[in-house]
Amino acid sequence: MIAFALRRLLSAVPTLFVLVTLAFFLMRAAPGGPFDGERTLPPQIEAALAAEYHLDEPLWRQYLRYLGGLARGDLGPSFQYEGYRVGELIAAALPASLSLGAGALLLALVAGGAIGIVCARRPDGALDRVLGTLALLGVSVPNYVVAPLLVLLFAIGLGWLPAGGWRPGTLADMLLPTVALALPQIAYVARLLRGSLIEALAAPYVRTARAKGLPERTIVFRHALRPALLPVISHLGPAAAGLITGSVVVEQVFNIPGLGRYFVQAALNRDYTLVLGVVLLYGTLIVALNFVVDLLYGALDPRLRPA
Amino acid sequence: MRRRTPRRLAAALMLAMLALPVQAEPVLRIGNGPEPESLDPQRMSSVSALNIARDLYEGLTRIGPDGRALPAAAQGWQVGDGGRRYTFQLRPGLRWSNGEPLTAEDFAAGLRRLVDPRTGAPFAQLLSCIVNAQAISEGRARPEQLAVWALGPSQVQILLRAPTPYLPSLLAHPASFPTYRPALARYGREFARPGRLVGNGAFRLDQWVVQGQIELVRNPHYWDDDRTALDRVRYVPSDDVAAELKRYRAGELDVSSEIPLVQAPQLRARLGDELHVATYLGSYFYGFNMERAPLAAQPGLRRALAMVIDRELIVAKVMNGLARPAYGWVPPGVSGYAPQSVDWAAWPMARRLAEARRLYAAAGYTPAHPLRVELRYNTHDDHKRIATVVAAMWKQTLGVEATLIHEENKVFLAKRRLRRETQIFRAAWIGDYDDASSFLDVLAGDNGRNDTGWRDPQYDALLAAAATEADPARRAGLLAEAERRALDALPVIPIYWYVSKHLVKPYVRGWRDNLLDYHYGKDLSLAPG
Repeated sequence: MIAFALRRLLSAVPTLFVLVTLAFFLMRAAPGGPFDGERTLPPQIEAALAAEYHLDEPLWRQYLRYLGGLARGDLGPSFQYEGYRVGELIAAALPASLSLGAGALLLALVAGGAIGIVCARRPDGALDRVLGTLALLGVSVPNYVVAPLLVLLFAIGLGWLPAGGWRPGTLADMLLPTVALALPQIAYVARLLRGSLIEALAAPYVRTARAKGLPERTIVFRHALRPALLPVISHLGPAAAGLITGSVVVEQVFNIPGLGRYFVQAALNRDYTLVLGVVLLYGTLIVALNFVVDLLYGALDPRLRPA
Repeated sequence: MRRRTPRRLAAALMLAMLALPVQAEPVLRIGNGPEPESLDPQRMSSVSALNIARDLYEGLTRIGPDGRALPAAAQGWQVGDGGRRYTFQLRPGLRWSNGEPLTAEDFAAGLRRLVDPRTGAPFAQLLSCIVNAQAISEGRARPEQLAVWALGPSQVQILLRAPTPYLPSLLAHPASFPTYRPALARYGREFARPGRLVGNGAFRLDQWVVQGQIELVRNPHYWDDDRTALDRVRYVPSDDVAAELKRYRAGELDVSSEIPLVQAPQLRARLGDELHVATYLGSYFYGFNMERAPLAAQPGLRRALAMVIDRELIVAKVMNGLARPAYGWVPPGVSGYAPQSVDWAAWPMARRLAEARRLYAAAGYTPAHPLRVELRYNTHDDHKRIATVVAAMWKQTLGVEATLIHEENKVFLAKRRLRRETQIFRAAWIGDYDDASSFLDVLAGDNGRNDTGWRDPQYDALLAAAATEADPARRAGLLAEAERRALDALPVIPIYWYVSKHLVKPYVRGWRDNLLDYHYGKDLSLAPG
């Protein structure tokens, strides 16, 4: 197991290196620069800024400089947010994104799991049809429709919850964005689990269990659910990385100081270092969560345990 | 009985967490548009950052509710040497927000920092009217050579290249505000953050959650603190105007930065009393690439394209009334200046269309051989709507085949500047101060911001003559003549003038709409109850 973990860790290093290298050169290939704006800067000022951020150096030297900083754990200064380091910006935004993402993930698992189980127990029954339609809606209706609707209903219409803002640890601020973030995932989890659970419930070992007279609850939860969870876990690995790193739509609609908007804004602002910072974070999370998924596979199905 | 207690406790806890916030002290919550890029007065450039800077710092002057310059940190000024020498007298007992004395040298140092190219100040050219400022910005002189002096602890003297009647208005711009030098020396670029930033405004920086909020708290060392009503001002950033509106409607904001265009009619009907729409110093226009045929060489063709645009229709239907039709380059309302407009501005539409068709034909274009042009804009729904309408007007009246090309903003700006691919482009200009030169200078041949590439020696000569003219009336005449030249040549097509558009809750007192859309926290208060 330790050897497996070490192998995975070692294989992550070149993956992340390639990712950072690609992102670095792709960003530089994009036209325009961080200091281009509607108001053109005089050449002397532009030159002073370029020198300050080492943009006047050859690209290869900038690349090596960035890698050198990375080796020291320094993600560099942000081009857009003057006076802030990229590491600081990410560290400040991560708690909000993390708590929202974790909440959404939990909600997706619990609610999606419950819906999936209920539907799989009576496939094509009335409840399955209704919940199946709702799940389809959840997958198809995008965040930018759901989030403002939730605000209109619960914040402006009923006045129960705030329309936006973020005070750490305040449940009222978390509810609507968590639901908006979780809704599509609830629907995904429900549909995935329903499909795999129906398949598992038709397996020969379940027939045997039924023939032995085991109660239905034991059959579902102890025997069928574990293998049925495998596709859900496969989906949730990368989905969790997406949820944890935030959603630009949900963060904008609810005015949450999270990471999600950095993905879009940093690229639009040509904030080179911030783009690389969030790309690196996202890549690391994907690698880490895929590792966790592999471990969970083994826990759920002994046949899949690493040798 | 005992078993229920934890449940009750949990329920009480849940209720407490869910409870909406109760405001402990008067705080004004202002929607402020995109997250500010910096709170360093010399390094900032966005409207949202400048808004906050006016509360954190104070210049020698400020803009009054009527849009004119008033004394601020300076209690007054004398003008000498035929309008070339200004001497500002500071108020007695000025202090920084940490209680240390604020002197004339602090103001002089702020101005030197602005023009020093090492600062990288986006507004470095703002003070090019001061002797040696231009040379310093271009690296030909040292910052110490700037003609700004501290005459003792409480007098600042400024020597200008030529009479500049709008200098007091310029000095109300945050780029000219003082920065606390010990913090700058200690923290460098990272000084403008909570716990480090020392200002001299009515408020000081208390909290900055990037993308969350910037909260200011009253500065007890401010000279006019007794008359400052608010204890706190909270600036809330938002990239999404619709989301900001929802927060305003839910009672979480007291002032909005904007309103969504598409919702203007409903907002007028529902929140008419809270909607503040006022003339603003900004112009939305299309520019021609004056280095590319055929448009560069054919003024008649440019005139025809400009004439057929029905600006009233665009303002009414596309902008939902939240703009003013533009027929000139300098917006109306600028101090000491009579607005100019194209000679056909007052013509009936039928006459304009007939003349446009004649000019189009004279340029050699027919329905069988139409003009084919590319109209570029940065990707945005509002720009797209306007470009679509304009292209339809050109097509309908003249038969012009316009291809609309939208590009991501940075790509668009880079191409616009290069002037290779671009033919016609969308652009906007927001004036920095209340004077016609803030607009007219943009079209000068040697101005780096003139993306059209238009060069007219006579236009430049008129601007140069106006810059050395001491008599305000004659100066205004020279500027007006320059504007008329630009409107005859039409390197740009003015489409509309911006308006400021805020929603302001009825309990916010002291809000006064003005041309520059400057609002100081110290002038505002919240009605009791």
